[in-house]
Formats: sequence, C-alpha cells, structure tokens
Amino acid sequence: MADEYIIRNGHVYDPKQGIKGDVMDICIADGKIVSKVSGKAKEIDATGKTVMAGAVEIHAHVAGPKVNEGRNYRPEDKLFTCKATGKTRMEGGFSIPTTFRTGYNYARMGYTTVMEAAMPPLYARHVHEEIKDTPIVDQGAYPVFGNNWFVFEYLKNNEETNVNAYISWLLRVTKGYALKLVNPGGSEAWGWGKNCDGVHDPVPYFDITPAEIMTGLMKANEQLGLPHSIHVHTNNLGNPGNFETTLDTFRLTEGVKPNNKFGREQVFHHTHVQFHSYGGDNWGNFESKAKEIMSYVNQNKNITIDLGCVTLDETTTMTADGPFEHHLTELNHLKWANLDVELETSSGIVPYVYSPDIKVCAIQWAIGLELGLLAKDPMRTYITTDHPNAGPFTRYPRVFGWLMDAKYRNERLSTFKHSEKVNDATSLGSLDREITLYELAQMTRAGPAKALGLTNMCGGLAPGMDADVSVYNINADRLDGASIEKAFSSADQVFKSGVLVVDNNEIVAEPAKRTFWVDVKVPENKQVERDVAMKFLKYYSMNLGNYEVSDHFAPHPYVIEVDAS
Amino acid sequence: MDTVTLTMKMQPELYMEAETISPDQFAAKSSEEIGALPVYMGNEHHTLSDFFDISGNPGKTAADTKIVVSGDLTKVKYIGMKMTGGEVEVLGSPDMYVGAWMAGGTIRVKGNVDSFCGMGMTGGELLIDGNAKNYLGAAYRGDWRGMQGGRIVVGGNAGSDLALFMRGGEIIVNGNVDVHVATHAEGGTVVIKGNAKSRVGGQMVKGDIYVLGEIERMMPSYKYIGDEEIQADGISGTYQVWIGDLGERHGKRKGETIYGKIYLKVKDTGKAAESVRAARKIRLSDDQKKQIKDAFAGKEPGVQEVRAFISDTFGIDIKPMQVSRFIDEMRRKE
Repeated sequence: MADEYIIRNGHVYDPKQGIKGDVMDICIADGKIVSKVSGKAKEIDATGKTVMAGAVEIHAHVAGPKVNEGRNYRPEDKLFTCKATGKTRMEGGFSIPTTFRTGYNYARMGYTTVMEAAMPPLYARHVHEEIKDTPIVDQGAYPVFGNNWFVFEYLKNNEETNVNAYISWLLRVTKGYALKLVNPGGSEAWGWGKNCDGVHDPVPYFDITPAEIMTGLMKANEQLGLPHSIHVHTNNLGNPGNFETTLDTFRLTEGVKPNNKFGREQVFHHTHVQFHSYGGDNWGNFESKAKEIMSYVNQNKNITIDLGCVTLDETTTMTADGPFEHHLTELNHLKWANLDVELETSSGIVPYVYSPDIKVCAIQWAIGLELGLLAKDPMRTYITTDHPNAGPFTRYPRVFGWLMDAKYRNERLSTFKHSEKVNDATSLGSLDREITLYELAQMTRAGPAKALGLTNMCGGLAPGMDADVSVYNINADRLDGASIEKAFSSADQVFKSGVLVVDNNEIVAEPAKRTFWVDVKVPENKQVERDVAMKFLKYYSMNLGNYEVSDHFAPHPYVIEVDAS
Repeated sequence: MDTVTLTMKMQPELYMEAETISPDQFAAKSSEEIGALPVYMGNEHHTLSDFFDISGNPGKTAADTKIVVSGDLTKVKYIGMKMTGGEVEVLGSPDMYVGAWMAGGTIRVKGNVDSFCGMGMTGGELLIDGNAKNYLGAAYRGDWRGMQGGRIVVGGNAGSDLALFMRGGEIIVNGNVDVHVATHAEGGTVVIKGNAKSRVGGQMVKGDIYVLGEIERMMPSYKYIGDEEIQADGISGTYQVWIGDLGERHGKRKGETIYGKIYLKVKDTGKAAESVRAARKIRLSDDQKKQIKDAFAGKEPGVQEVRAFISDTFGIDIKPMQVSRFIDEMRRKE
C-alpha cells in the first residue's frame, strides 16, 4: 500500500475531469490518486500509451448458484482451456470461467470493479463465497426483488413504509448493493407455468402487474436514496416485437426524479437492451428497433442502459428469467437447467451458439452495436455483453474494436452468410460513427461508476479517488480494430487501489479485494419483522437464523451507509 | 510416406498422457525434437524419449508421416489425439482416448482399446482389430457434439454408450455391443454385426442403426413400420424397420417427419431373431461345472472371478446372481 508510483507521459482519458487524451502524469500514493508524489516514487513510462481509470463492470453474471451450475453442467466449456501459468491459481473455462479466471481476466483487461447482476437472496451466501474467491476486483451483488412475495404483497396493498423496511432488511441480510428486477412478475408466473408478456399482464394469484412492481420499487429506491437506481431486465426478453414492451417499461419513469447523495442522475437502469430491441412478429421478419429505443433513451435523462452485445461465440445463457430459458431450450434443443428459488425468484441455464451463419444471431450482433453507436450520451450507455448471455466478458475488447473502427465492423458485417438480410433488418451498415477513446472511457468507466453512485470513488482519475488505473499500449493515432482488441485484452499495467496487480501484461499481485454493500437505516418496523418471521415459519425451507450472510463471508466489506430514517 | 517407430523401453508408473504421439506433432521434426516432446503423468512433465526408443524420420507434413508404436501400451492415453492426417499404427493395446477429436488420417490398433476412443471425431479412420470399451465415438462429458464424421471399425466387441450424441460418420462393430447405442444421436450410421442388448437408439432424433444379430430388448418408444430390402455395410437382406425415439422431438423435411431408424435383420427363418431374453436362463452342463470346480479347487473364488472364468472358457455371460448360487452349490457339495 505504501508504494508510490508515477505514471509518466501517458495520454490520459478521464471524463470525470474532462481530460481528453492530454499527455500528463498520474500519481499514486497510499492507494489513492494524488496530485504529486515524492522522489522515491516508482516510475512507469506510458509514453505513447493510453491511461484510463480502472473500468467498472455494471452488469455481469460472475458469481452465485446459477453461474456455478453452469460450470457444473458444462464440463465441455473447460475442455482445452485450462492452463497453468505457474504464478496464478489454476484457471479454466471460456463462457463460464472459474472464479480465479474471472478475477484474473477482468484485471488483465483493466477492470477493477465488477458487479454481479443477479443474486437470489436465499443463495446470497453462495454468491458471497464466490465473490470472496474471485481475486483482485472489487465486487458487489444485486439481490433480485422483482418476483419476491413480500414485495408483491406490500405493493399490492400500497404499504410504502413496509416496502422500504423490507428492502432495507433484505439488502442488509444479503449484503446486497442494489435492487435488481428480472422479468418482474414473469418469473413468479413461471411457477404457475405462465409468463408475463407485457408490463400490464397480471401475475397469477398475486394479481399485480409488472408495471406496478417496477413503479413501486422505483419509488421506494428514490425514497430510500440508494446509490444505484433500480436495475431492470424487463418482461418479454428475446422475443420478436418486444421493443414495445421495452418502451412501455421506459415510460414508467416519466416524471420520476432521482433522490440521492451519490451524484446519480438516473432513476432507472435497463440492462442488456439488445435483447429488448426487437421488431417483427416472428423469426422470419425479425428486425432491429434500435432507433426507436435509442431515440427514447437519448431524450430521457433519467434512464441509463447497458448494451448486451452479442459477440458471436458459443456461450452459456443464464438468467433469473426462468420462462425465457425454457423458451430458449425449445428453440435450440440443448440442455436446460431450471430452478425455482422458493418465495424469491427462479432461474434457468441453456448453452447457446451465436453462429455468424444464422441470420437471427447476426442481426442480434448488429443491434447491440447499433444501440452503442446511436447513443448520444455515452455517460448513460454502457458496454456489456450481459456476460455470459450474449458472450463472455473476455470479448469486450472485440466489441470495443467493432464500436471504434467502422472498417473492422463493416468487414464483419459484410462477411455474414446472410449479410444482405442483416443489412435489411438493421441500420448498422449506414452508421459511420466511431466511438473515441474518450467516449470509451465514458461508457466503461465514468458512466457506470456514476450510475452506481460510486462516482467519487472509482471510474475516474481525480486526486482523492481510489487509485484504480489501467495503462494500454495504444493511442489515438492507431485505432484499428485488431490493435484495439489486442491492447484492451491485455493491459500493460493495472493498479487496483494503488497496488500494481498487472505488470507487463501479467498478473503480479492479488491484493485483498472489497465487497461493496449498502446499509440503509429505516425506522423500526415491527410489522415487517413479524411478516418475515411468519413467512419463514410457514413457507421457507430455511430458518431465519441461517439466512443472513454473516460477516466472514465478506472479509473486506465496504459498507455504503444510507440514512433514510 | 516416412515412418517413425516408437518402441516402449520403460513402462510408465502412472498413466501417461501422450497426446503428442500424432503425425501433426511429429511432422518435420528431427528424432531428437520428437524425443523432446512432452508427455504428462499426473502433474509431472516428462518427454517421449524417457519412455520410448525413437527411430526413423517423419515426413514434411502430417500426411506424409507414419508412426508405428509398439510395446505394452496399456498405460498410454491419447494416441493420435486431434490428428489431421497421416497414419498411426499401434502394435498393442493402448488405454483411453485413442483418436479422440481426430479430423483426418488413419489409426490402426492391432489390439484392444479402452474407453472414449474416437471421441468427438470429425474425420479420418479409426480401425480397431480387437475390442473397444465404452463410449466409443461418443461426445465429451457434457457436450452435445459426439462423432461428426469419419469412420470407426471394430473387429471385436464394443462396450456401452457407443456413439453417444453421434451427429455423423459411421461406426461398424463386427461383434456385440453393450447397452446404450447411439443415445441422443442426431445423425450418423451405426452397424452392429453381432447382438445388441437394450436401450438401442434411446432419445435418438435422427440417424440409422443396423443390427444384424439380435436386440435383447427393443425400446418401447420404437415402432415397427414394415420390412425393407436393403444393404448394411454390404450385407443385403430383409430388415425390419423401426422408427423412434417417439418420446423425442423430430424435425421435418419436405413435409415429412424425420425419425431415427433401427434396421433389424430378418433371419432366414423369415422373422427377426427371437429375443435373447426368452432364452436367457443359461444352464451349465455337468462337464462345464466340473471344469470350473477343478479350476477353483481349494480356493475361495469371488463371483466376478468365476464369472470371468466362465466367460473366457465357455464364451457365455452369466448373471452374477446365478454365479453366486453356483458357488454356494459348489461349497455345499464339498
């Protein structure tokens, strides 16, 4: 920790301070960015290279029971991928890498903060155990709320204070970071063999609609003033014509204002929008509605999105959207795993091959990039692949290449088996925008950090912030796809909280990582305490005493305290 | 074609992973370089020359290279893995994974092989003169892509789970096979010239299985649709045609549903062979009983020991329960 460093003469891109590629030095001392260091500081020469803050992953499935089940039931994903480096722990896996490879590969790519996108509260301990085992990167996890019986009942009865108290309780006992909603209502309906296809489609038995669930939780999120907004994967994912459901979902945010002390400006984050931007009414006339989606997002500042770009690989889809995974296995006939998590959520897993020879896959690929290129505000549009659903996170550099080099992108576009049909169904071929390094820093660093309410901690290089810094061997003079992919796959140097973790493209240290979680103080609520106790007695298969994630699961917690009492 | 000869000089203590024994790895290398190729035993690294005497030189490409491996190879795995061309001749009985993921060329084994041979194979020929154990031409654990092309010929018998997840290519077994044939198959052809036990074509969506002997128990999800005059590996005759697995999804082509098919050869008697099941109770003759008694005189043999003896000496497979009763009988009479 005590080491001082000075990174000299790099081209610095820092949207936090508005620095656009100026050649300057970045100083690091005691784990923080500082304005100057002593003469004893170790020098790193970054001449001709790019210096950015450590990247921030806003949405990936990297820890927990469904990720692990994916690893379990896909031994073939590890075939021929295990290599011993002699220095790091044994790594393996491609689309669902081991915890070790997950941490190492994020670090190698210059990512230092990674959020796990869906934590079933009942299995929160498992999620935290895996987070603990994932080296280097700081992590947090979003517990899923969108199909929770408590939430349904309180929202149905308009019991706002009870919703807030329950959220506060669940975030605390699961050490959770934000409110995640996956197919709100639909995953519960799946328990009845049904689904919610639109936002006004009521959930069986509970008689509440997805729109009411989302609006209710969005309101609660702002009343409590949490660092992140609600994080939504809306209904009707992956179906032709679903863009209308997505727009209906977006409209729920109209007039809602953010309330928090963390610098967050949105009230709603929609994840992997690529899967939600489909037109047509069957796979034959399937087409892109990226323009419609992005024109809404561009006009409404209280929404942020991430892309969910398809990378054209063989991967493993996994989501808490149980009915969707069943739908998928009926389509591709590959193996399927499915789980119902008692009162809380469900999940499913199916391997999937995004083949460049299949028209639909190629259109999906194009939609992901279209969304990124049509974004007017890169601070509100983040690059993800919904790892591992649209592709493994290790393909981010390739996605950067496609977004930043029009030639590279068009080469791919024109070599599909069905290129003409892809061009008819999307507008990607007509877009000549190339994302700049500054915009890339917005879309992978400053933007997600701001959306997560961590803008004063990570995603930037201002003095006082955590010293998460990446140095890439590339600069604005040579931004061709292949070089971009190469440089961003393997950073020359990466600092995590001031510790040099990657040097000369190799992992050199594995310092203690932190687990972010949010502790909200709300007034004491006897009603909720009683309801929780009753539900555990009556329905849960587990004792309340065994439910809480105790402290040893997160040995290095970073607790963000919010006072809403 | 140039030939490299590997002769085993030392039996490995543990099982050896020798995926480097492949024309692709040997091509254009000197014999020193070949000798320096790595092999693994557990977490230990060794070289080929630690275990083999190497003579001869390889060709410039894999296709010009022939490898002859001889010695006691029962502890050598992965011979010819991922090879794309050339020839490997194995004078012995190697362990598992011979020709796994091979894409071209020929492997001839003049002995038996263990399990998982020809796994995920996409092309080439794997010829086994003796018997093969389980999972021949199958898919890797968890994978849905088994054998996709090429040809496997077994001179003797094959074990269980033959052609698991098969998607293409051809497997010919001259002897008998154990349970589970072409489970989950989505293409390809399996010819069994001897008998098959049960669960033949379970969950098969597409593909053809020809059985020239008998099927001990046909899957209940297969339906007999009539007889056809056809040829299977050159053997023509009348075959019963069964379609299935009716419990599975089936695609359509030109309006017609595609099924997996089992062709069962009709014997000269005019009907398909009588189920082996009907004649399952095997009785040992007094002479055979005496032979067994003599062989184990004064010993306390285990069930498997006696069963193996019966199988080796008389060529019959008796259920363990029956063997156990027979041992009790012998004891009582002593």
